[in-house]
Amino acid sequence: MNKRLIWRKSVNAVMLTLTGVFTVVTVSMLFLILGALVYHGASSLSWNFFTKLPLSAGEAGGGMANAIVGSVEIVGMAALIGLPIGFIAGIYLSEFEDRHFASAVRFVADLLNGMPSIVVGLLAWSLLVVPMKGFSAVSGSVALAVMLIPIVTRQTEQFLREVPQSLREGALALGASKWKMIVTVVVPAGSKGILTGMILGIARISGEAAPLLFTALNNQFWGGGIMEPTASLPVMIYYRALSAYDDWHQQAWAAGLVLIALVLAANISARLVLARGISVPRG
Amino acid sequence: MRTHMSKSSCALAAMLLAGASVAEAQNINGAGATFPAPIYQKWFGEYHTAHSGVAINYQSLGSGAGIAQLTAATVDFGASDMPMTDDQISKLPAKAFHFPTVLGAVVPTYNLPGATQPLKFSPDVLAGIFLGTITKWSDPKLAKDNAGVKFPNADIVVVHRSDGSGTTFVWTDYLSKVSPAWKSKVGANTSVSWPTGLGGKGNEGVAGLVKQTPNSIGYVELIYAANNKMEYGSVKNAAGAFVAASTESVSEAAAGAAKAMPADFRVSITNAPGKGAYPISSFTWLLVPVHIPDAKKAAALKGFIQWMLTDGQKECAGMYYAPLPKAVVALELKQLAMVQ
Amino acid sequence: MGTVAAVQVPAAGKRTQTGDVIARWVAFAFAASILVVAILLVHQLWTSSAETRHKFGWGFLTSSQWNPVTEDFGALPFIYGTVVTSFLALLISTPLGLGAAIFLAELAPPRLSSALTFLIELLAAIPSVIYGVLAIFTLVPLMRTTVEPFLKDYFGYLPIFKGTVFGVDYLSASMVLSVMTIPFVISVSRESLLAVPREQREAALALGATRWESTWQVVVPYAKLGIFGSVFLSLARALGETMAVTMVIGNDPSIHASLLAPGYTIAAVIANEFSEATGKVYQSALVELGLVLFCLTIVINALARLMIVATTAKGSKRA
Repeated sequence: MNKRLIWRKSVNAVMLTLTGVFTVVTVSMLFLILGALVYHGASSLSWNFFTKLPLSAGEAGGGMANAIVGSVEIVGMAALIGLPIGFIAGIYLSEFEDRHFASAVRFVADLLNGMPSIVVGLLAWSLLVVPMKGFSAVSGSVALAVMLIPIVTRQTEQFLREVPQSLREGALALGASKWKMIVTVVVPAGSKGILTGMILGIARISGEAAPLLFTALNNQFWGGGIMEPTASLPVMIYYRALSAYDDWHQQAWAAGLVLIALVLAANISARLVLARGISVPRG
Repeated sequence: MRTHMSKSSCALAAMLLAGASVAEAQNINGAGATFPAPIYQKWFGEYHTAHSGVAINYQSLGSGAGIAQLTAATVDFGASDMPMTDDQISKLPAKAFHFPTVLGAVVPTYNLPGATQPLKFSPDVLAGIFLGTITKWSDPKLAKDNAGVKFPNADIVVVHRSDGSGTTFVWTDYLSKVSPAWKSKVGANTSVSWPTGLGGKGNEGVAGLVKQTPNSIGYVELIYAANNKMEYGSVKNAAGAFVAASTESVSEAAAGAAKAMPADFRVSITNAPGKGAYPISSFTWLLVPVHIPDAKKAAALKGFIQWMLTDGQKECAGMYYAPLPKAVVALELKQLAMVQ
Repeated sequence: MGTVAAVQVPAAGKRTQTGDVIARWVAFAFAASILVVAILLVHQLWTSSAETRHKFGWGFLTSSQWNPVTEDFGALPFIYGTVVTSFLALLISTPLGLGAAIFLAELAPPRLSSALTFLIELLAAIPSVIYGVLAIFTLVPLMRTTVEPFLKDYFGYLPIFKGTVFGVDYLSASMVLSVMTIPFVISVSRESLLAVPREQREAALALGATRWESTWQVVVPYAKLGIFGSVFLSLARALGETMAVTMVIGNDPSIHASLLAPGYTIAAVIANEFSEATGKVYQSALVELGLVLFCLTIVINALARLMIVATTAKGSKRA
């Protein structure tokens, strides 16, 4: 009897320690990744990097200014398209009774969420690039918007549902119409969570390269506006990393560091927003 | 919070759209070959510095992409190291001219730690390696041409292009001419069914893979090997001499074609005759529509090509390409006048 | 939810009701747009792949030819590569992820658990290109110089470890994918484990089980569906991963038994070859590959969702 107990106790100790080890391994990967990016990329961050255009390989002093601005442009337009649609769709799912339709939309939104980004790129290509006969920042933004909408929709719906019924009933009892109740009471109550969802969604799409490969393409220069091919940080990183030139590899590391800094900053601030002020208890 | 966000995003949008019109730059988009990409990028950069109103955005996606995008009319011009086939030309929405820009060489580049001197390759050896019939560096056929080199008994890692490439066309065109086995089994095209090896994207990708993989061999445009300080071998030409790629040996390969250039400039100069001719040389072409609807764009592009054919040629030698023969330039200027 | 309709809207006149009707229809339109996008997606994928669907029929899925010159296309090497790399990735990330999830759900104090989970979820936020950059410059050289020669020397008699060592191959791609999928396994499994009612654990412990036995033999089986759901979710992610995979898989459109050989996945070939696909047939072949990927992803995602919903419902029902 004793032997069996000792065996069980040692298995217990070993397995539990193992799970702890697995956790440490996983968390340390995050720090290894960040460390590698800082180690390789920090030395290439310079004033030139942020302000100059890319030069041919071997020429010193080039930068990724156009890629940074291009990313802001493309992601900005995607947000302009995707945030309102996702937000209002989320409101509909949460506030208006429509069981079958709502389930269908929810299901489809989840499926779109899990869609490979390259397939979304194919959609934008066939809808915009082909008829417009050209690559453009707009087609890239549409692809990213398609990815953004399901994220924002589900987040908005989720946080609006958590707003207590009492708030709604109170507003209605005071004579507010339904839409007024939503706009002045429900949305502000769930605003922190909704905002979190938006920030996380934007962070997610700003790192995507695949949907931009054959929509926004790339550009060595500033580009002629939203209807022209435009450089973006993720696409530049991809091409630079695959090249054979060491200085272009350095640029890829530096750009990777900038990109991850932005994405992580967005993620961390979103979580802080969420943690600080949900005025309603989680379900 | 929401109103604040939408206000600033509106401001950003307005700024960007305004910025686009204020710049007034003539934007021209092109895509295609990676073979001449280094000199193209230098040219486009210099031209932009000299003519700040013209920004020619060139994406080196591969010759296949250049032809595909031109056919889909998603770019203003294409670039390819393979002259378009009659079939491809028939699929173009509008007629296009071939403008040779430079001459270049495709070299067998390798990563063989311990090789003390540049290797010599016979045509059948190259064909054998890329067909997968010669699999080890210690193969006697390699030793035959390279007395004094100590080869390791290691597997040969073959690297080829994964994308549609004019460089591939030049390489396979050469192999088809020197190896009947290659011609029947694989053939010559921008994209072929490779019997063996890894795929790299673009000349850059192949150079990158070879540089990072010991005991590998690939084929790249000369400048990619030279810029990355990679070893490349000399190849036995039709006259039986082992010639290394250089501006002179490439120019010699083009000498015969210069005398008898066809009207549409589509010609292959691989395995050219001549004692000092480098056998894997090629022209590379800009594919420019005969009629460009936007008058401003047409003028800007024509201006660039004019500059490229005259001043631009001076930069070739410094970048391991060979300038166009003068006779060819004269013919091209005549063709340029026909572009509207 | 649902009691809103029962509340009497005061009879303040027609204006209020019109406002509500407009609001409802506007919101409905926006929500419906999501369905429209999905339908458009399916439609575009279907019509743009018509050429090869008619030319090859179902044979497209079983042919291993990929010849743009003769216009002979087949999806099998890409389906093979996609499936092999994804499954191998999950083989690695599932035990690791489940173990970490167990630690975070059962053992760690709540504050530590939340903090660590937050850090792990940051791993999921890292863009795919960055994983690709890291893989190409740090993982691949490591695989090529150390790991793979080791595998080849000691296990080379196995067909999966035969052949030249390239560094860029199925194995490297799988390793990158496993790192990318671990956060999903951990996040969802942890939620499923937390949803298991306290009584289950307490009952097991009351009967004399050790902590581990209670976890492994009672809690985990109870959360089984959710854990499977997390695995399927990660699988769906892995299937569609493009950038990181295309940088380290070697880009060879053929089927190899050895994990040390280069391969190709559906997402990688579309990314690499789409911009240069000359001719309708070539383009159609790539779009059809996209369609195949789309269908695979839908099926797996749908299964994942069903499993996750089932397990959290089960937990909260008994709570």
